Parts: sequence; C-alpha cells; structure tokens
Amino acid sequence: MIATDLHALTGAYALHALHDDERAAFEHHLASCDACGQEVAEFTATVGRLALASTVRTRPAMREQVLERITMVRQVPPGAAVLERVRRGGRGGRALGRWALAACVAAAAAFGGTAVWQYERAQGAVDRAAQAERHAEDVAGVLAAPDARSRSVKVAGGAGTLVVSASRDRAVFAVSRMAPPPGGKVYQLWFADGGKMRSAGLMDPGRSSQAVLMQGAVDGASGIGVTVEPAGGSKQPTSAPIALLSVPA
Amino acid sequence: MKEPVRIGARPSVKPDLQRLLHEVALGDQEAFAAVYDAVAGSVLGVARAVLRDQAQSEEVAQDVLVEVWRTAPRYRPERGTAINWILTLAHRRAVDRVRSVEAAAARDTKAALLDHQPAYDQVTEEVETRLEQEQVRRCLRTLTELQRQSVTLAYYRGLTYREVAEALALPVGTVKTRLRDGLIRLRDCLGVTA
Repeated sequence: MIATDLHALTGAYALHALHDDERAAFEHHLASCDACGQEVAEFTATVGRLALASTVRTRPAMREQVLERITMVRQVPPGAAVLERVRRGGRGGRALGRWALAACVAAAAAFGGTAVWQYERAQGAVDRAAQAERHAEDVAGVLAAPDARSRSVKVAGGAGTLVVSASRDRAVFAVSRMAPPPGGKVYQLWFADGGKMRSAGLMDPGRSSQAVLMQGAVDGASGIGVTVEPAGGSKQPTSAPIALLSVPA
Repeated sequence: MKEPVRIGARPSVKPDLQRLLHEVALGDQEAFAAVYDAVAGSVLGVARAVLRDQAQSEEVAQDVLVEVWRTAPRYRPERGTAINWILTLAHRRAVDRVRSVEAAAARDTKAALLDHQPAYDQVTEEVETRLEQEQVRRCLRTLTELQRQSVTLAYYRGLTYREVAEALALPVGTVKTRLRDGLIRLRDCLGVTA
C-alpha cells in the first residue's frame, strides 16, 4: 500500500475500523509520519468524546469485583510502552501471529536502526538482571510447569522447541544440533509483540545444544523469532529471521 | 435547565487523572479506586454503546479496568491524555468482542445496521454527561448523511471500514474518506485539540 493510501486511514484507525493486517501496516506508517500522528491524536480525542457521551452508571458490586480482581493481578514492568499501543486483547493478539512476526522482523531488518523501531529498554540493566536469573532452575521451572505448551521448528540445521508457561509468563527456547553462527556473529532471540520486536537475549554461540530462558516476560507476545546478529547482539533485528514461531496458546 | 455549567470543549474528567494513574503505576490500590470512580461509568458506557448486552458489556468493562491496573506502568502521557488512553482501550476491547465469531452473524442484517442509532438509553443525572450528549448529538447532525452513517457504523457497531462499505453499498475508498472527513468535522465542531 502506498503512503497516501495509508494516510487516508487515520479516521478508520482512530475508530478501530481496521483489520489486524491493515492496522499493523498503518502503525508502521504512523511511526514515521508526524502529520498522521497529530491527526490520529486529534481523532482519538474526538472519539473519546463519543465515549464520554455514552457514560452510564455502574453497579456498586462491579466496583467491589474490580477492586478485588486487581489485588490478584501483577502489573507489567514499566518501559517498552511502544508495545502497548499495538497490543490486542485475547484472540486478536494471536491472530497477528506469524504474519506480523515475519513482517516486523523483515521490516526491521530493512529499516535498520531507524526510529521506526524504537527500543525503549535500558538494555544494560535488563541484561544483567536477566543473566542473574538465567539459572537452570528457571529453565526447568518453565519446562516442568503444569501449563507448559510447546511448539517446534527447524533452525540452522537443528531442531528448536519453544516452551511457554502462561502462569510463569516466561518462555524457554531449547535447541539441539544447531549449526554454529558465522564468525563474529551470534544468534539472538526476540519476542514479537503486535508488530514490534523486543530482544529476548542471546544464545551461547559456543554450544550447538542448549536451553535458553528467554529474557523478559512473555507478556502477551504473539511469537518469537531468531536472527543472526553481530557479536553482542542488536537493539533491533538487522537480518531476516532464520526461524519464526507463534507463541502456543 | 439553567445550571451554571460551562459547556466546555474539554472532556469532563477529573483533572488529576494523570497523576492518579502515575500512582497506580506504582502499585497504589487506593489511587486505582479513584481512577475507577472517575472512569468506570464511561468505560461501561462505551462497552454498552457497542455491545448492547448488559452482561457482556460489564464483562468487557471489568476486563478493561483490570487492564488499566495491569498496564498503568506503561501509560505515556506524551502519547495522549489518561482518559483517552483508557477510553481507547475500552472501545478497542468492545470492538474486539463484537467482532468475535458469535457476534458476527448477528450484525449481518443491513436493515438492522442502518436502523441503528447511538444508544443513550440510560437516564443519567450527571449534568456533565447530559451536556456531553447534547454536544455530540448536535455535532453528529453537522455531518453529511454518509459521514454520519459511516462514523456511526464504525464506532457504535464495531464494523471495519470495509464492512461499512458493504453495508452502505459504497466503494471502500469512499468510506475511508468519509470516516476521515466525518471525524474532521466532528473534531472541529467539538473543539477538540490534541
């Protein structure tokens, strides 16, 4: 779709009148179009007025129920706010799945380090924290979780298996007999989340078989990807993915 | 009615919602209760407007409010006001629900779609809400028929613009444009700035 077509979608976007694939395409466009951003912000505020005009009274019991529910719900960590904007609830998020993952890895590779792929994490701190917790117990905990779900894929001449535990909100990527990365390169893992990628850490380039606790919470990610990156990893994918998997429901 | 109430251009929300949301982000449950009191009626109202069904609306509204708690740490004021962040989430969730399989069959009747009017069926004693309703009604009347139908079907029925085009037997490009024109006119009529 050409840019002018996309620009005309500001109204449909603010009204949530786009299908998932068009929404993803529009959001890619939005990230680099200031004029669209301004218009979308104004339209969103306009649509908010329609919402306010619909205000009704609520049952007192609903208040009690919601206030009780939140005591049992863990809050997301701050940061990575850009992911939130495009997150879809429930099935919507899954529906994006593989397509969105492929699209955003490919697009990220194409755009390289442009601002399209804002990467909002304090990477160093996250890396250190993640390394500290990347213990065998955590890997085993995910693999042994009662709600663990898995999915397999061929990757670099070997086999890869993604195991996700919803209750732990963590994922493990296990590989066997994987070819070593090219010299000076490393395999990097990614969570795909509504059209954005967030790093889930690096694999050990010296081992062909390993189980890696993916860095960070799954947090509604629709899929995971593996790319080949320069040693030390990248803030966003710089090459096409060598493996893609949707997160098992 | 002669209430000395300013019919302002700004949404009638608690001015400190953004600060409250910041406290919610730090895990403050009392702050969340205050946020709830400020927005629950509007969140439920959005769900009602789209879904009609009381039970489903309340389910969606509850989920949205819990989601506000869960994701408050990721709210970014520079991306928009707190109330719009919450209402956007509410509308999107309601639309997701109405597009789910079981609801899809029920929306296919063209006659039923065109007959549809925004439902302000709840008597409200809130002066602010009444004023908001009057303004929105008045401004919706300033739209052309096609603009009004397109915006109404998309917003209150959760149709995609392609479905709107089908319902109105119009080219998709026309509907795309009408939605945008319609919102521009509404925006200007309501005096919205962002």
